[in-house]
Amino acid sequence: MQKIKPLDHLILILGALFLCTPVVMALMSSTHAAIDIHSNGLFLTPGSHGAETYTKVLTSRGGFTGDVTGLLMLTNSMIMGLGFAIGKIALSMMAAYALVYFRFRFATLIFWAIFATLLLPLEVRIMPSYQVMSELHLLNTYTGLIVPLLASATGTFFFRQFFRSVPDELLEAARIDGAGPVKFFIDVLVPLSKTMMAAIFIIMFIYGWNQYLWPLLMTTDESFFTLMRGIKSILQVWVGSQIPDYNEAFALAVLAMVPPVAVVVIFQRMFIKGLTESDK
Amino acid sequence: MAHLSLTNVGKTYGGSAQAAVADVNIEIKDGEFIVLVGPSGCGKSTLLRMVAGLETISQGEIRIGERLVNQLDPAERDIAMVFQNYALYPHMSVRDNMAYGLKNRGESKAVIEERVAEAARMLELRPYLDRKPRALSGGQRQRVAMGRAIVRQPSAFLFDEPLSNLDAKLRVSMRMEIRKLQRRLGTTSLYVTHDQLEAMTLADRLVVLNGGRVEQIGAPLEVYRAPASTFVASFIGAPAMCLLDAQVENGTVMLEGHALAPVAQAAGPVTLGLRAEDLRITPGGVPMRVDHIEELGAQRIVHGYVGDQALAMIDTSEAPLPETVHLGVAPARVHLFDAQSGRRIEAAAQPVAVPAE
Repeated sequence: MQKIKPLDHLILILGALFLCTPVVMALMSSTHAAIDIHSNGLFLTPGSHGAETYTKVLTSRGGFTGDVTGLLMLTNSMIMGLGFAIGKIALSMMAAYALVYFRFRFATLIFWAIFATLLLPLEVRIMPSYQVMSELHLLNTYTGLIVPLLASATGTFFFRQFFRSVPDELLEAARIDGAGPVKFFIDVLVPLSKTMMAAIFIIMFIYGWNQYLWPLLMTTDESFFTLMRGIKSILQVWVGSQIPDYNEAFALAVLAMVPPVAVVVIFQRMFIKGLTESDK
Repeated sequence: MAHLSLTNVGKTYGGSAQAAVADVNIEIKDGEFIVLVGPSGCGKSTLLRMVAGLETISQGEIRIGERLVNQLDPAERDIAMVFQNYALYPHMSVRDNMAYGLKNRGESKAVIEERVAEAARMLELRPYLDRKPRALSGGQRQRVAMGRAIVRQPSAFLFDEPLSNLDAKLRVSMRMEIRKLQRRLGTTSLYVTHDQLEAMTLADRLVVLNGGRVEQIGAPLEVYRAPASTFVASFIGAPAMCLLDAQVENGTVMLEGHALAPVAQAAGPVTLGLRAEDLRITPGGVPMRVDHIEELGAQRIVHGYVGDQALAMIDTSEAPLPETVHLGVAPARVHLFDAQSGRRIEAAAQPVAVPAE
């Protein structure tokens, strides 16, 4: 038995509290009325207005057009997140497949070129990207929101490394079994990459979910607003003596946290299962 | 079922001036079990992979049956291959692993079902059909790999060191299973190994490769009894044949000044090959200083020196040995090789040829 060291535990507990408290505070505060928050500050105990606040943010229409509900924003964010994650996985898997399994000139050069784009974050190329989308008349569309950010150096890199670790004999066995390039990809590589896909799905879903700058630029039509934008717009209502709806902002923030948490919980289980079960 | 013929087959990798495999000619009869054997890097796997279609053929022709297969895809060559690391699809059940090739060929469900069941019965894999490969032991995985080969009913089996990932005991039993299976199916087989024991026990004929070239082709016993070169001599047989510098004087081979056996060979330096199992303790023979003894139970291997040349002999007696033993050998068991080229000189033991057995 290892000796229990009180000091170690104290540090761990403090660390856990440090990370958890803001989340708990947001959750608890969202169940109080805005006026209480304004006068008393944040809460660590549950209030009595929880149900109505959440119903309100999800269903009440707001925004300039008066058409945007929380639910719509949630849906939009969901479409962004899923579109990002699935699109990036599909695209980067195919890119990595080409890079690893097909012998063509400059494959390494191309790989490093893709890799180098990691050095150019979205913010650097946001104007040209915007220009392109604008000229293609893709502003205020889901296509415009999602497609320009799909090319993923990170994903391509991860899948490339993974494919390189798949034994060559598997490819050879598949060739003897009469599987062509497409069949090999679908029948062997895709199922083998499940764990890798789960890992990348987690990263990319959250990345897409948390996008703020790009949707802000790409969408002017409020029906394409995502949660991230919605939270901001709630706090912007400083009209006259009106108190900002802190409780609603907190409620939206909590709602915004739920899907990423769910994704992590679900896929992490799969991810770990995959790691412990497979032996290649 | 088909015969297999390799004509002047060679392989040169891009950028390398030296051929990895050169000028290989092998005619393999229908149903024959051929073992390609040689040290690592001798090109045996490359040769096998060329037959499989996994490597391009730089020179020469490979025919399976009457078909020239140089340009064909592996799947079209009608072969099946068993890999060293089994190369089973980890995400598929044993059943799906075996059925995958047939599915891709568009066989009907009934045929697939029947062939998989038949192979599973033959290989005693029936209880494991729905398991994933990771839930199987090494020997079972190897069997699944063989099952995958069997269900395709190919013209030829190709084995690429299939047993080297198994432990020693399992290797022996799997070796026998492979042999039995091949006999029963009567499928032409090409088997690559670096283990001379595996080669000896499995092969109908051995092909000994060295540096990408064929050193000798022959039945195991032929190769054992009449190795074509010093390379083959030192590779086939355990313990390895001792190769010593010797002189032929007046029709007698002399080792360090001691007469050993009569030979029909002009005087001059030769390389003398002696197998440990052919040497016997005889009074008045060549004296060997005993250096150390390996006790194996049924026999012991005595290592020692004649002059300053190392020599080994197998002794089956249990009597304690003196410091110097005197060795003799039957003239028929003396191997002579050209001192320069290392090729065999067919001069030993006139007029007695290889004794009948």
